[in-house]
Amino acid sequence: MHTLPVAAVAETSRPVPQALAALRDSASVGLGLLPLGLAFGVVITHAGLPWWCASLFTAVVYAGSFEFLLVGLTVAVTPLATVALTAFLVNVRHVFYALSFPLDRVPGRLGKAYGTFALTDEAYALTTGDRARSWSGARILWLQLFMQLYWVGGATAGALLGSVVPDRVTGLDFAMTALFAVLALDAVRDRRGDLPTPVLALLSALVARVVLPGQLLLAAFTLFTVALLVRSRVEPDRRRTGPDRSREEESRA
Amino acid sequence: MPDTRYLLSAVAVSAAVTWALRALPFTVLASLRASRTVRYLGARMPAGVMVILFVYCLRDLPLTQARGIAPLAALAATVGLHLWRRNALLSIVGGTVVSVALASTLFAG
Repeated sequence: MHTLPVAAVAETSRPVPQALAALRDSASVGLGLLPLGLAFGVVITHAGLPWWCASLFTAVVYAGSFEFLLVGLTVAVTPLATVALTAFLVNVRHVFYALSFPLDRVPGRLGKAYGTFALTDEAYALTTGDRARSWSGARILWLQLFMQLYWVGGATAGALLGSVVPDRVTGLDFAMTALFAVLALDAVRDRRGDLPTPVLALLSALVARVVLPGQLLLAAFTLFTVALLVRSRVEPDRRRTGPDRSREEESRA
Repeated sequence: MPDTRYLLSAVAVSAAVTWALRALPFTVLASLRASRTVRYLGARMPAGVMVILFVYCLRDLPLTQARGIAPLAALAATVGLHLWRRNALLSIVGGTVVSVALASTLFAG
């Protein structure tokens, strides 16, 4: 049984400080969703879809990288079964997020419903990081809500402004690459001394890129999970692995 | 061009699939929480996931063509800014500005 410090209990019972704390948590990576949302909105308008699609996609689907794909799919009036299959293949990685996302801290059925609905890559990265260990469920939910507001707001603004942006302005979609570069750097820094994890992930992704480029995400996540499972078997039990031992494991795995 | 009914259906289908993938694993996992292997995976997953998603973003990078220079320069700017200032917003906006500036001018077309 865990015993919470009195101060933490008092804080979780007051909604306003939780929301303010979440607003501060969202200020770094979360605000990165604004330029990305703007880029997405411009992409919607330039693809010829009505502006409200930007608000609808971001509010209801809320899965960044898939939404970019959905633009192309809907413009081509792709059959709904294909849309469903693509959504499955691009988003199947989310099944792994249940392993680390602290849903047990999130209160109430409605809270858990929104917590899982808004479990994006960015929300996952922030709520599983070192800083998030002490966050209450309310603070996590507020953070997810703020991040979705940035995303919906940015996309709607981008779609409304999109007709003003000339077609020759390109390169905005790099915002997504930049976002994941930042998330990867932060997540790897959180696990200093554990070099094998990012190395195994990088190898999994590169192998998937070469062998199964059409299903890069699915192949890479499967390879990475298998690699981690193998590693958990060869690593000695109940011992914290220091950097030296980790490097040893890497060559064996 | 798609009509409104098709757009709404496509969004509904996508949302249902995505939410199911995010929510259903938790019902299975509740019983596995105590497992050493699940905790082992849970601790190491986030860093690996972000590295994989990063590679995914670069999957179509045209390495052998001149227009590949714009995203590469933008990436260098993002990583450099982030190692220097550790400010995620600055790194993302800085990198995107470099990308748009180069892709829309020098490497347009």
